Amino acid sequence: MQMRDFVVRFAGEGGQGVVTSAEGLAQASTQVGYHALTYATFPSQIMGGPTWTQARISDQPILSAGDDVDVLVAFNREAYETHASEVREGGVIIYNSDDKEFENFSPTDGSKSFGLPIDELARSTGNNRSANMVVMGALAHLVNMPQEYLDDFVDSRFSRGRANDDEIIASNKQAMTLGRNHTSESGLSLGDLAPPKKPENKQLMIKGNDALCLGAVAAGLNFYIGYPISPATTILIWMERNLVGPGKFAYQVSSEIESITGLLGGGFAGRKAMTATAGPGFSLMSEGLGLAWMSEIPLVVVDVQRGGPATGLPTKTEQSDLFSCMYPAHGDVRLPVIAVGTVEEAFQGAIWALNWAERYQGPVILMTEMAIAERVQNITKPDLADFKIENRKVYEGTNGYHRYEGFELSPMPIPGNPGAYVANGSEHDEMGDTTHLPERHIQMTERRFSKLNLLKDGFFESENTESRIAVMSWGGSKGPSQEAYAQLRDQGLDISWYYTMFLNPLPPKLLEELQSKDLVIVPELNYQGQFSSILRSEGVKAKSITQYTGLPFKVRHLVQHISEMAQASEKATVR
Amino acid sequence: MSKKNPEYDFKWCPGCGDFGVRRALEFAMIDRLEETGLPIENNVVVAGIGCSGNLVHLLEGSQPYGFHGIHGRSLPISMGVKMGRPDLNVVVVAGDGDFLSIGGEHIAPQAARNLNICAVVMDNGVYGLTKGQSSPTTKLGVVTSSTPFGKMENEADPLELYLTLGVSFIASGFSGNPRQLAGLIKEGMNHQGFSMVHVQSPCVTYNDTYELLKGKPKEGIEPLVWDIPEDHEPNDKAAAYNLIQKRGLPIGVIYKDESRPSLDQRIEDIWSKAKEQTAQQLIDAYEF
Ligand SMILES: Cc1ncc(C[n+]2csc(CCOP(=O)(O)OP(=O)(O)O)c2C)c(N)n1
Ligand code: SF4
Ligand SMILES: [Mg+2]
Repeated sequence: MQMRDFVVRFAGEGGQGVVTSAEGLAQASTQVGYHALTYATFPSQIMGGPTWTQARISDQPILSAGDDVDVLVAFNREAYETHASEVREGGVIIYNSDDKEFENFSPTDGSKSFGLPIDELARSTGNNRSANMVVMGALAHLVNMPQEYLDDFVDSRFSRGRANDDEIIASNKQAMTLGRNHTSESGLSLGDLAPPKKPENKQLMIKGNDALCLGAVAAGLNFYIGYPISPATTILIWMERNLVGPGKFAYQVSSEIESITGLLGGGFAGRKAMTATAGPGFSLMSEGLGLAWMSEIPLVVVDVQRGGPATGLPTKTEQSDLFSCMYPAHGDVRLPVIAVGTVEEAFQGAIWALNWAERYQGPVILMTEMAIAERVQNITKPDLADFKIENRKVYEGTNGYHRYEGFELSPMPIPGNPGAYVANGSEHDEMGDTTHLPERHIQMTERRFSKLNLLKDGFFESENTESRIAVMSWGGSKGPSQEAYAQLRDQGLDISWYYTMFLNPLPPKLLEELQSKDLVIVPELNYQGQFSSILRSEGVKAKSITQYTGLPFKVRHLVQHISEMAQASEKATVR
Repeated sequence: MSKKNPEYDFKWCPGCGDFGVRRALEFAMIDRLEETGLPIENNVVVAGIGCSGNLVHLLEGSQPYGFHGIHGRSLPISMGVKMGRPDLNVVVVAGDGDFLSIGGEHIAPQAARNLNICAVVMDNGVYGLTKGQSSPTTKLGVVTSSTPFGKMENEADPLELYLTLGVSFIASGFSGNPRQLAGLIKEGMNHQGFSMVHVQSPCVTYNDTYELLKGKPKEGIEPLVWDIPEDHEPNDKAAAYNLIQKRGLPIGVIYKDESRPSLDQRIEDIWSKAKEQTAQQLIDAYEF
């Protein structure tokens, strides 16, 4: 049987190589021309604790982590017990029979499980660190992946110009062969994975948060400060390592209050400033974001969503911060929001967010989520020439300037140069001095909102736009929704597809089209149906499919609920 | 604001100590301009929320840049300005409530960073702008609008706090002597690192301490403030502790540690260790 893709879940204890195995498989596969995507969960403990990572390998671009597990690799008994039920009919479970917990173990579903003595086979090659390769060999057998692909991978991975390269390459290849042979004796197999079609463009293998960092740097980011919080910490760490050199700065400060107010200082002083945080930290930034809006300081805050509220589910994914991102502060405020839905979009979104912040001179929220932040995926290598980088309009005149004059954007003076003013969080007059006059509050409120009109250039995806009913997801639910949409179209359902990462302001043409629909179905990972609620306030007949499990949607559930809703026009909750 | 702005309706009460602090800061900035040749726009004054913070709008003459942000955050805003632009002279002006109460969490990290910022705290022992509630420096037992039966907390000792936290320059000043205060502010600005200039700036409306500070020599009442003698060694921490334990309020430079590099200097050291890469190089590293 030919297979277009397969999903492997690696599960075990933190420290048992769960993540490295999955990323290794993904790397090996992309190296030979497959597409790969990994979906990771963090263990909630620092040392050990149950954890799992899933890799999906396909001969075509991958949209989601995959509903069903074809192969489970269980590194310990608990992992076996927890995940065995998720393996599909006809799937395979490999367990590490060398793990003490599997002594005298006889699986109840004997037909699909088999014990692989991973440690022993690795040891027999003389290289204890080749355990990953034993597993890789086993998987290669199950999907009948040609040995030469794996050999190529080992050659390139371990040719590091060291004296013992040959030795290491030989032991790894041997480990793979042992894993393969051992599995073939079990008689188990899944089918034949379609041969890879090497992508035409250059590819990057990259994690969502790293792609976001690259986008930000490509947009000219030169000031980053932050405070550690999952799943945003990797951005801070990346920046501290890479945003170095004259005129560039990245630093860990002592709270998210320092992050946002420090960004205000940096943005005011002329820097392209950004921070990243997650729910609890974002809440602490509330007052500072209002100040950025009020005093017209360009800056970007990245919210890497996790489950909320309060400390919530720090290691799970959710899309429940949309209300707080759009309305983070007291008073009349509505911030520009860009929400990315894929690893590529994390790169693009960061560029757009910094461009928007510079263009309208104010704070922009860039939303991403745990499931994208930690996802490692191959993406087409971005070409910097495709992106226009924008810088704020700077005031270049003499002293005596009125920085806040008029009802629209005006050039911003930069300290050190003529045009001194007071950036003021109190309502102010044109020079930035505090005032309480009604006509000033009218002017300044309208001025602040009018600047949002400069941000109506976002683009959107659309397909089959003639239908009366549309699906429009946002953020990380894009992938599963897109897969569901494709399946439903194949089944003959007449339905439109819309998607954008520009949630506020929405591209005007998109809004217009959505307003003309009888029903817009919005799959989103929160209880309240936050995006559909916002769409309804814009006159769109939107209804959500909600889920609040801490996990991404399964395509199967979306297919079912979308078709039900298309028929009955009801809101659905996935449990 | 360089000339009278009819729209700006905030006024300090006649006799408010903050007038003297404003004058002192103007002197210090003008002196700095004359010494360095750098224009006034090279100064950024980051103000807290309170009567004190309004100083940023009330400065006379040629105008520095200002940031009048939110309550308690003048220190981290100034941090961002300085980290982003080490070439600017960054000064904080804030009240005792702003700086020591709601903003107190920022002092310790800033002391550890030793970023080159000068913070001028205008201590009137009360929340002036919100009309007379108790502040961290209000004395134990004092009746204010928010302590109807007398304050139940001990008062903070800011100078001791700064010393303990490792602030690398600590001066104590009095708004009643703007010329002297200007000298302290200027010395703070010139110090390579975090400098604190803690100023007694009485609130004549809610906590008038003028008499206490200046004394009544004619009636034999000793003033609370006294000038630090010339033989004090400001680089000796033990001597600094001794000084602030003495009766009354010493005025002058209490402590000064010039041996520690400031954060801005340490950042430059990092540049020599780290390899700078372009966006393109960083992207290329992910190619396979
Ligand atoms: C977050 C927040 N909480 C409370 C206030 C109200 N508030 C404004 S000024 C102030 C106290 C000011 O006291 P201080 O810093 O000593 O300044 P002073 O007026 O005495 O110069 C308070 C509580 C505010 N603006 N913001
Ligand atoms: S209330 Fe006190 S601190 Fe405020 S202006 Fe009047 S005297 Fe000064
Ligand atoms: Mg006060």
